[in-house]
Amino acid sequence: MNLDFWLIAPEITLTILAFVILGLDLLFIRSAKKGLLGWLGAVGVLGVIALLVTNRVTGLEGEFSRGFVADSFAFFFKLIILIAALLSCLASVDFAGRQLRSPGEFFSLILFSALGLMLMVSATDLIMLYLGLELGTISLYALAAMQKDRPHSGEAGLKYLVMGAVSSAIFLYGASLLYGSLGTTVFADMHAPALPGPALLVGVIMVVAAFSFKITAVPFHMWAPDVYQGAPTPITGFLSVASKAAGFAALLRLFLGPALFPLMEAWLAILVVLSGLSMVAGNLLALPQSNIKRMLAYSGIASAGYVLIALVAGSEKGAASAIFFLFQYTFTNLGAFIVVTLVGSQEGNDEISSYAGLSRRNPLLAAAMLVLLLSLGGIPPLSGFWAKLFLFWAGVERGFYGLVLIAVLATVVSLYYYLMVARQMYIEEPVEKSPVHVAVPAAIALAICIIAVLALGYPTPWMHLAQAAAKVLNLPM
Amino acid sequence: MNIFASHVLSITVLSPLVAAIIIMLIQRDRFFAIRLVSALGAVPTLFTSAYIYLNYDRTLGGMQFQENLPWLKEMGINYSLGVDGISIPMVMLTAIVIFTGVFASWTVTNRPKEFYCLLLLLVGGVFGVFVSTNLFFFFLFYELAVLPMYLLIGIWGTGPKEYSAMKLTLYLLVGSAFMLVGMLALYFQNDANTFDLAKLTAGEYSRPFAIVCFFLFYIGFGILAGIWPLHTWSPDGHASAPTAVSMLHAGVLMKLGAYGVLRVGIGILPEGLKVWAPLVAGVAVINIVYGAYVAMGQRDLKYVIAYSSVSHMGVVMLGCAAFNAISLNGAVMQMFSHGIMTALFFALVGLVYEKAHTRDILAMGGFARRMPGIAICFTIGGLASFGLPGTSGFIAELLVFLGTFQTYPVPAILAATAIVITATYVLRLLQRIFHGTLDEHHYGDLPDAHTTEWVAITINAALLIVFGVLPGLLTGLIGISVGQFIR
Repeated sequence: MNLDFWLIAPEITLTILAFVILGLDLLFIRSAKKGLLGWLGAVGVLGVIALLVTNRVTGLEGEFSRGFVADSFAFFFKLIILIAALLSCLASVDFAGRQLRSPGEFFSLILFSALGLMLMVSATDLIMLYLGLELGTISLYALAAMQKDRPHSGEAGLKYLVMGAVSSAIFLYGASLLYGSLGTTVFADMHAPALPGPALLVGVIMVVAAFSFKITAVPFHMWAPDVYQGAPTPITGFLSVASKAAGFAALLRLFLGPALFPLMEAWLAILVVLSGLSMVAGNLLALPQSNIKRMLAYSGIASAGYVLIALVAGSEKGAASAIFFLFQYTFTNLGAFIVVTLVGSQEGNDEISSYAGLSRRNPLLAAAMLVLLLSLGGIPPLSGFWAKLFLFWAGVERGFYGLVLIAVLATVVSLYYYLMVARQMYIEEPVEKSPVHVAVPAAIALAICIIAVLALGYPTPWMHLAQAAAKVLNLPM
Repeated sequence: MNIFASHVLSITVLSPLVAAIIIMLIQRDRFFAIRLVSALGAVPTLFTSAYIYLNYDRTLGGMQFQENLPWLKEMGINYSLGVDGISIPMVMLTAIVIFTGVFASWTVTNRPKEFYCLLLLLVGGVFGVFVSTNLFFFFLFYELAVLPMYLLIGIWGTGPKEYSAMKLTLYLLVGSAFMLVGMLALYFQNDANTFDLAKLTAGEYSRPFAIVCFFLFYIGFGILAGIWPLHTWSPDGHASAPTAVSMLHAGVLMKLGAYGVLRVGIGILPEGLKVWAPLVAGVAVINIVYGAYVAMGQRDLKYVIAYSSVSHMGVVMLGCAAFNAISLNGAVMQMFSHGIMTALFFALVGLVYEKAHTRDILAMGGFARRMPGIAICFTIGGLASFGLPGTSGFIAELLVFLGTFQTYPVPAILAATAIVITATYVLRLLQRIFHGTLDEHHYGDLPDAHTTEWVAITINAALLIVFGVLPGLLTGLIGISVGQFIR
């Protein structure tokens, strides 16, 4: 049994950081300066990222005890989660100071949630996976309900709690069936029989269903629009990228890994349906939304559908494109939510109509939002275009022409609602003339997102990294 | 000189894009500087297109002035450019239309900075499509050419501009969705796993694949070329767009569609065309006849021109469907001729609207007395429109019908009847607007075109006659490449 603590050093550091912030909040910092905790969180997370990258560069990898592994696959997803935490902390500095009663808890909960999700992507054991899942999600329930003076926020927290608990239960039941059929909870020891019995199949399907909640695939998406709308906006951003990425990481590692890959054929049809439904329903339901957070929630549902194409393809290229997609999605989607945070705090609501004339009120902010929306819509040469292209590429390579055609047409539908926001920003005249205020930390976060979205327009180096990460899965193709 | 010669195509693509970036840096209230830079962004392309026209080696044929820069090498995506006898007329057309277009919309005062910036961005995309020899870059430039259109129409348009802008954008993006799937399918069906057009053209494809894939490209590019019944975005879009955008759109952008069908669909998958040719020809005939009839019934001047574009693009597609040396030559010639003609029309309509403040044909009359210059140019355009000998429209349509008659006599005959309908509505239009009695009360002091406005209309009108009298200037060049194309 390997107990090299350097392997889990990033997680340990993150835990300490979270407790330090919690302690500082309780003991030292006066309420007027709570925003400093956000800066501390961001800088701390930057340190954790540095540690993670150092570990990676020095080639440190392997299993810690049983059930936790640090490898290039986990590295990439941890990078996504930590970047999401970093950007969310930065984006919340101003927001938390003004709109929350307890900003200290807020920042430490973001870090705890990130910690849980990091454990989830490193898990190689069903129990460990469950632990990570719960830590990551329970912190998010609290975060969603954090804006106590807005009834929507409490409603979001409760809804998320109930739906999350249901999905946890489904996961546990499915996991127990897997354990019953395969005799182990450790992925590496699992050997799927050539002819899977009904218990195993039901177990697999239940686990997939549980993760479908996390990644908001249709028909397990119902909670997402309400929770996205109600939760504090920076949290919605974090939730929409980090939690989704971790869900996909778990799906990829468990089902495309060597253990259960042979079962793929048995439930491929379910996956195709999940993917197709998510793309079609997500995009169509986004059309009538008048609240931008709900619209982005549905667009996130559609994105889950695109990424599922990679699972359907079941190839190494597919897995790599899924990883690349989620990586660029962190910047694109979180960036959009940062803009929503800024406009929302100024306007007091998140209606799409309050974006009218944004190009006059703050041209840079409008231009940033336009770039992010176009990237979400998959317009070349932005990062979102390449991400979708690689996914479709993987699908076509394995002969799923129909699914890819649905995906491409769904993308066109999505451009309609992204362009409606662009229309408000550029074509409509402003109702309110006052310029939109952008706080420094949020501006930094937004700049990082924009630079990344543009830089990932040259995808080769990142795609190589993603391919290295996907190699871990040992896929036959 | 050497660097210029070896990068002439990059210069063509980049000069509008560079001008767009410079405009972004100019202060927003310095109107004249903005206009000057955008005109100067268009000028180099006139020179480069003249240069490639004059220096293209006609004995050699094929792709020339090639440039190649590896970009995403392992995926077969390279920045590679080249032109042949089919793309050179298109490059010339684009250069002429953007140059005249900048002058035609000299008076844009609402946010001119963004307007010219987007306009030049669009033009850079158009040039890119015409000179790309890598399918992937072809697609990238195509998207660059299509998307600025949304804001251009949405912000500076007239009438139901937001509806038109969104309709146009979505139609064209559905087209690019089909293209993307077709493109990826080609990539994997080809042994070389490449996007290089020359290699894709040389590749062997199974018959069923060719049939399906050609159809994808036909729909994908066809939407932009305005094929019936997917043309409905085009009249709305043209009618709502501001002058320069209508000119570029009908004059150049619709040609992208036809060029795409020709270069990608037919060039790579001639097998597929053979199966679908009756459909392509049939739809083209509907375009020609239906477009002309609908044009006849319109009251709004812009809609008349827009539907006549639908009709004329049908001629191009008919020439493509017949797929022989004469008809293809005619199709390319028609693309060029119609581009100049329709740019002229939209420039004139813009002028008339700006001065008379109406586009309702029935409300006009006798304008020739107040604006003789505009009337003369309009008449030249009108004559080219129904193919009067001595205008470039004549030789283009003649070649198409001549070529098509050899392969599909019936569609050729049906399509040729539309010339009569075209003549009817064009002559009626001329009569209604420019002749008859002038309403002195409303239009007593209509001015003729002035200074910069003359640039746009005289250049285009003169070119219609020049290429009508000397069609050999282009047909010879086109013929070389078309000959290689068919083999």
